[in-house]
Amino acid sequence: MLYFSKLRILFITLISLFFVLIASSNLFKFENSFLNKKINLGLDLQGGSYLLLEIDNNPLIEQKLQNFTITIRNHFKEKNIKLRNYKIIDQVISFEVDENSKKIILDVFKDENSPINPYYSRFKSHEFEVVEDENKFNIYYSRQGLVQLKTSSQDQALEIVRRRIDEIGTNEPNILKRGNDRILVELPGLDDPMRIKSLLGKTANLTFRFVSSDNNDSFGVEKLKFENGIDEANVSKRIVLSGDNLLDAQPRMDSQSNETVVTFTLDRVGAKRFGKATSTGIGKQLAIILDGKIISAPVIRDTIASGSGQISGGFTFQTATDLALLLRSGALPAPLNIIEERTVGPDLGQDSINAGIIALIIGFALVVIFIFIKYKIFGLITNFTLILNLFFLIGVLTIFEATLTLPGIAGIILTVGMAVDANVLIFERIKEELKNEKNNLIAFDSGYTKSRTAILDANITTLLAAIILFFMGSGPIKGFSLTLGIGIFTTLFSVYFIARLLTVLYISKNKEKEGLI
Amino acid sequence: MIAFNKYYNKFNILSVTLVIVSLFFLIFKGLNFGIDFKGGTLIELRASDPKINVSSLRDTMSQMNLGDISVKNFGNEKDFLIKFENNNNKNVIEEIKNNLDKSFGNNFNFRRVENVGPKVSAELLKSGVIAISIALALMLIYIWIRFEWQFSLGAILALFHDVIVTLGLFSLLGLEINLSIIAAVLTIVGYSMNDTVVIYDRVRENLRKYSDIKIFELTNISINETLSRTLITSITTLLALLSIFLFGGEILKGFSLAMIFGVIFGTYSSIYIANTILVRLNVSQKTVLKEEDN
Repeated sequence: MLYFSKLRILFITLISLFFVLIASSNLFKFENSFLNKKINLGLDLQGGSYLLLEIDNNPLIEQKLQNFTITIRNHFKEKNIKLRNYKIIDQVISFEVDENSKKIILDVFKDENSPINPYYSRFKSHEFEVVEDENKFNIYYSRQGLVQLKTSSQDQALEIVRRRIDEIGTNEPNILKRGNDRILVELPGLDDPMRIKSLLGKTANLTFRFVSSDNNDSFGVEKLKFENGIDEANVSKRIVLSGDNLLDAQPRMDSQSNETVVTFTLDRVGAKRFGKATSTGIGKQLAIILDGKIISAPVIRDTIASGSGQISGGFTFQTATDLALLLRSGALPAPLNIIEERTVGPDLGQDSINAGIIALIIGFALVVIFIFIKYKIFGLITNFTLILNLFFLIGVLTIFEATLTLPGIAGIILTVGMAVDANVLIFERIKEELKNEKNNLIAFDSGYTKSRTAILDANITTLLAAIILFFMGSGPIKGFSLTLGIGIFTTLFSVYFIARLLTVLYISKNKEKEGLI
Repeated sequence: MIAFNKYYNKFNILSVTLVIVSLFFLIFKGLNFGIDFKGGTLIELRASDPKINVSSLRDTMSQMNLGDISVKNFGNEKDFLIKFENNNNKNVIEEIKNNLDKSFGNNFNFRRVENVGPKVSAELLKSGVIAISIALALMLIYIWIRFEWQFSLGAILALFHDVIVTLGLFSLLGLEINLSIIAAVLTIVGYSMNDTVVIYDRVRENLRKYSDIKIFELTNISINETLSRTLITSITTLLALLSIFLFGGEILKGFSLAMIFGVIFGTYSSIYIANTILVRLNVSQKTVLKEEDN
């Protein structure tokens, strides 16, 4: 256990120097891109917002079932099959048919090449499940169908969320999928998440629909409220134009009315439709509806063929800017709810950094003094190892550009306290060996050998706890398990290579000296 | 040599009592779950006006109909912690801000806002319980592989003791259980195991070394031989934890306190639970040799 070749000593020295250099790159600026790595500070240390959003897919499912209804009806109309008692209740479509049409319907839905019910051969499942009971059919999303729907709505929502956040221009946001109906948003350095929260909370579903006074509208009418929540209007269900046709939207000051408005530009299809609607609908009111509320319902005075227009609605500059932003970035496929929020202000973050560093320095000093008093010269070796261990730990975190959280700092301090354990186990064992063995070299050698299983066991148990924490924990807790886990490896390295090397160098010069430890 | 084994019975009675009392508290008083596990909103405020105090803040806040609301100082006189249960108002933070500005002027800095919905808190609680269960199971398996079943049982009973008594103490003192306490409990599990394994390692070694010493005496020898290591490691760990507790800021207080309790209980249980189980199961030289024959 005690022999070190020259090559090995060189190797250990180089590794130590490398880590000291890497760890100190957090303090200095290096030109070299490899050396210029830094530990990231977690949101709890640099301040910022953590938002967990959940997509409410229910409206989307209902809307898709409505659309599916049209598909089903058209398909069976062509085959002259009558569907009776057609209903959608609790996301289940149900209808009844004649005895002799039953088989045709089942064949259509269960065929792997079904024109209306797509088959996912990879999952051996159709999009919709069909259950037949007597003459009654129940149709609902299959498990795989729901998964597909959720995944695609999550993909779309993620894209829209990213666009909205990018538009606001926060630095280095982190936007990730969680499960199949959640999105995690981390916004470092964001002091006031109010605006982002309100922007993310809006679906931004924009439609242009005619105000319809008569009830003979073939598409049906619905009563909608204005933004102020008081006035109401009957609006046709026919959508003239939707937000999908928008190319751009910008807030502007209207020079004539001296009012803030949002101007928009339409794509070619949209411009055509808008032109047609405004030419046939002169004198009618066209309602501009956002998320089920009427922003305004101006009277059409002229045909608008240019494909651009403006929305007024008593905006302040801020609300106009936000509306334009929402329109530019597009509508969410389904509403988002914020189900978890954690925001830390930058000054609390700085306080936490300061407190963490003070705790680290004091904890470190206490341990170092205690160990020195206890083991004298070997205490010095242990302490030197402990300092190097700290560099190793910070160095590894730096190389991986890991995220350091407040609990992560606690993990480092705890590592300092527990790192001495391996050294203590070795030294105490050596003490015992020295009782029966006069030769220092032999006593040290068997001290190292005999303490090895205990050290290994002890560290594996702590490592197990750290691994579980890493995979089960969230955010800051992950940071704790990370430093604790990496700390175990750096500790073992520093104990078995650095401390042992220094110990060997010392006792090989003091082979016969008594009362060494 | 200290005669630890003279007190095996007394301390076992003490441990059993502690566990029963802890369970009693856990069942009848329960734990003070924070918003991580109960759901709700937490706001940490710093007031720049020294005249603002808990009672005036509480009066203003209670006018807002936020349900069961708690307002207290946090670490010092000018920092406050406000907590209330879930409500469905999405703009509640903004309304609180406006309301406070109206009553006290613009004198507040919102240092921290946490809002955990009921679904998330239920999931966090579930994953916390799962994490601790997996940790205990893995420790059990690990020590089963490394030692004989008697050792495994002793170590796991010591772990249960540490976890239950630490949580019991949290219940008794009404301290808050949040995510970082789960991290603390898992670290305690690791630490206590670590301590137990070191002594067990020595017990096994001595079982092979001395063929004529009974386990009652043998555990005592092993405890004494490893005692200085047990103490030194406990002391350095406690020094580090004490430093976090005193200087690491308000947020880490609960975590470091749980760890301090855990390290003390863990050190105690390695000596007085893990070892007495070996004595009570009548572990002998045969237990260890049998394994080597296989």
